[in-house]
Amino acid sequence: MSKFGGSRNNKSVPGISSGSLSDIVFMLLFFFMVTTQMRETENKVIVKLPVASEAAKLERKDLSANINIGSPTRQYQAMYGTDARIQLNDSFKTIDDIRDFIASERDAMSEADRSLMTVNLRVDEDVRMGIVSDVKQELRRCSALKIMYASRKPGGDK
Amino acid sequence: MAKKTPEINSSSTADIAFLLLCYFLMTTTMGDQSGLQRRLPPIPDAKQAQDQKVNRRNIVIVRINSADKLFAGNEAMDIAYLKDKMKEFLANPNNDPNLPEKEEKEIEGKTYMVSKGVISLQNDRGTSYQAYLAVQNELVKAVNELRDEFSMREYGMKFARLSEAQQDIVKKAVPQNISEAEPKDTGKK
Repeated sequence: MSKFGGSRNNKSVPGISSGSLSDIVFMLLFFFMVTTQMRETENKVIVKLPVASEAAKLERKDLSANINIGSPTRQYQAMYGTDARIQLNDSFKTIDDIRDFIASERDAMSEADRSLMTVNLRVDEDVRMGIVSDVKQELRRCSALKIMYASRKPGGDK
Repeated sequence: MAKKTPEINSSSTADIAFLLLCYFLMTTTMGDQSGLQRRLPPIPDAKQAQDQKVNRRNIVIVRINSADKLFAGNEAMDIAYLKDKMKEFLANPNNDPNLPEKEEKEIEGKTYMVSKGVISLQNDRGTSYQAYLAVQNELVKAVNELRDEFSMREYGMKFARLSEAQQDIVKKAVPQNISEAEPKDTGKK
């Protein structure tokens, strides 16, 4: 007992230095800055991705264009109903707007990357294939042929 | 004589950093973009359309109807059996004349027997996306397992552990020929 600091018991406990606290927090900050990406758009449709065990990770995240398809979230249901809708960027769009959307996404990329562009189809699992087929046909017409059916790995909750 | 500069109180930097941290936590999302990658066929020219005759034995049609029922090569099938059926179709281990032919192809100096089989995936407009993707997933799984088996035979390792050059060879020797047919306009919405 007395071997371990028994003689120091009468001294007051030194205050814990909080100087390194900021370093720890900065480290956390940098971790999140590196691993996350900016949320560009607000989701206006409910997208619950289907499960696929063979899902592979998208290599170049910056080269993807997102198309969300699903039924509108509750606050928009009064206006747009519950039928599946397409969301491009920040608003509800129709099939005809996809062409412009793809063109603008292409323009935003550098010349060399344009052929590598992947269209990321984020489709809710309850959506019927009709609207998805229409989108696929439109993408073929725009010759945006690289697509990805977004899905989640089994076991994950989101 | 120089004055001693007073120390700057650094206890508030932690607060500032926390504030920044919270900001980034709110405005960013974790990147969880994964999925099944596919190449759509280009819109065919009128001239090209005629050359695309594929031998009947080389093609199997997988259909999902509007009630999410699955048909593979004209027979109804449960999704649990689809993968093995497709593996048998693509690999054709006994050189069955009803299953796809193989052709010798030279890849990086070696010749391999490459199957000419094509899986054609068809769906109705009323098929649910969930069922469609489940079938897509089974097809990809079939191809991935064939690639694994091929890698084990050739290199004694699983596909995922091969070098990039070897993976390219395997990808050419076991191609992923899944074609997404033009949608048929049957059934509404």
